[in-house]
Amino acid sequence: MVPLSWYIFLSAALFSIGLYGVLARKNAIAILLGVELMLNAANINLVSFWRYGNNALMGGQVFAIIVFAVAAAEVAVGLALILSIYRSRNTIVADELDLMKW
Amino acid sequence: MTVDQVIFFLVGALILVSALMVVTTRNLIHAALWLIATLFGAAVLYATLDATFLAVVQVVVYIGAIAIMFIFAVMLTRRNMLDDASQTNPGWPWAAFIALATFAGLALLAGQMHNAGATQSELFADPLAALSQALISPEAYVLPFEVASVLLLAALVGAVYIANRK
Amino acid sequence: MEFLTDPIKVIYEWLMLTLTSWGWAGWLSQLVINLLAIVLFITGVMVLDILLVWVERKVVARFQDRLGPNRVGPFGLFQPFPDIIKLIIKEDITPNGADKVVFNLAPILSLASVIFLWAVVPLASRIYGVDLNVALLYLVAAGSIGTLSIIMAGWASNNKYALLGAYRMVANMISYEIPMIIALLIPTILVGSMSLKLITEAQSGYWFVLVSPLGALLFIIAAIAELGRSPFDLNEGESEIVSGYHIEYTGMKFGLFYAGELLHAFTFGGFWAALFFGGWHGPWAEQYPLLGAFYFVVKAMIGYWVIMWVKYTVPRIRIDHMLAFNWKFLTPLGFILLMVTAVTHSVLRQSPAWLYVAGMFLSNMIVALITIEGLRAQARRQRISAEASSKPVVADH
Repeated sequence: MVPLSWYIFLSAALFSIGLYGVLARKNAIAILLGVELMLNAANINLVSFWRYGNNALMGGQVFAIIVFAVAAAEVAVGLALILSIYRSRNTIVADELDLMKW
Repeated sequence: MTVDQVIFFLVGALILVSALMVVTTRNLIHAALWLIATLFGAAVLYATLDATFLAVVQVVVYIGAIAIMFIFAVMLTRRNMLDDASQTNPGWPWAAFIALATFAGLALLAGQMHNAGATQSELFADPLAALSQALISPEAYVLPFEVASVLLLAALVGAVYIANRK
Repeated sequence: MEFLTDPIKVIYEWLMLTLTSWGWAGWLSQLVINLLAIVLFITGVMVLDILLVWVERKVVARFQDRLGPNRVGPFGLFQPFPDIIKLIIKEDITPNGADKVVFNLAPILSLASVIFLWAVVPLASRIYGVDLNVALLYLVAAGSIGTLSIIMAGWASNNKYALLGAYRMVANMISYEIPMIIALLIPTILVGSMSLKLITEAQSGYWFVLVSPLGALLFIIAAIAELGRSPFDLNEGESEIVSGYHIEYTGMKFGLFYAGELLHAFTFGGFWAALFFGGWHGPWAEQYPLLGAFYFVVKAMIGYWVIMWVKYTVPRIRIDHMLAFNWKFLTPLGFILLMVTAVTHSVLRQSPAWLYVAGMFLSNMIVALITIEGLRAQARRQRISAEASSKPVVADH
């Protein structure tokens, strides 16, 4: 039997790796990849708490489905923004997008 | 070591190794493909957690739509993405430190959980039917579900508007 | 005689008895038997695939008024084996600058995405891989792995034609996933389950093609598009992009794509049969599962034949037409059909079977009629405006 804590540790590790990706990567698309990893870590947590807790309450799974929807929306809008920026400024390195920086 | 635990270790190793590859590979297409491996591992985890619907939706939505979208975006912005240039910020040691600190903090919190050693409880009737009823019943989650659909529609319109070349 | 009524159980128990008598532990022998079953099943499917090569070549020959393979064996039945030998002894080329791992992984994933599907196919009342309660979504999930394999093949080939073909194919597959899902939702509504086993069992009285003929039509159109077969084969477009995403593949690697495509077509024929044509149902199929499996394969062959029939008679269409056909016609039609089906089903659910079937059939026909009338009106408008704008040019003819 796998105890609950193993899932929690796995998702904590996945979340930290995603966080590293978000912080360390230059490329805006790679940053979004890191965000996806973090969302997945959250999802693993939600589903394992659903399974190990009172699984007659479907809140965990419903929340995971809403995370799917949010992730899809986030990627669609995020990638559209990146493509649009790439067209006008010819770069997707996050550090070079500094027109708003004073 | 039971069969469950062996499966968990294999899948966990797949998830973590491929996640590390996602954040460290230079070639962004490879990073997106490694992301697919991670997502597939997460789908297997959902299946071991008896969330079959989520496992399949994970493959349909994440691998079938989101990962493909990533691959397309990488291909469309390829000119600037030289594989031999450094893909990390100069401050990446700080990022690694913050990530490790986050992991330490989360692990500390997880270790203090009062139900850390909990085992899977008896499965309530049919999770799939219960889930579908929870999603559309007014006492449960019909409002968040509908709001999520509005969000998706708004994202669709917004993405088309932003990415559309005038 | 129990073998005839429940063959899988008999074989399983016999193997279990044999293995445990050798002194194997219970869980080990169970694992070995399951692995053996998987290997045997995949082998059976692949042998069927070899046969499909012959069927495909023979049928296309008939459509083109030729004889087809007729030299090797009776009726050219052994023709696939020289084909395979030829594929195997061809040089195995990996192009310069290709991404080797991804390039070699793509054909495997392509075939695997089809073989995955056979896990949920109910061959007969008691012969099936697994009774998954999300089987229909699983079908879509396996399809998205196929999409992935195509984009991997197109990108890793380091060839712009391959990439163009992959782009077209992915646009095609992702768009036609929507009518496909709608078509799959119709049996789901009718039965109240996504399990293929339950859906097939629910058709003991009447086939769902009577209840939802438009749904069956929608499914086969979406399936053909998902397969990337003509008229939706612009991913191959020999005259424009040479042959699409598998242009750089040679020998058996191409063979895997080809085998995957044939098997995919046959599998969709099988799903069409299971969802709308009663699956394994037929005379005495309930008592004798082997007979049911035979009926299933025959029905799947007929579905496969319909797919081939369309492929070899309808010309390729342009990509903008294809996408417009999906987004402006199939998807709205699918949503309307889904709503009509749901409402009619909930109104007529308690009524006797003949009234239920007649009502559902009629509602489908009304939707079809309105669609055809709408199309006709639109086509007339387009023709009038086209004639009005082109009149000065042709006036002196």
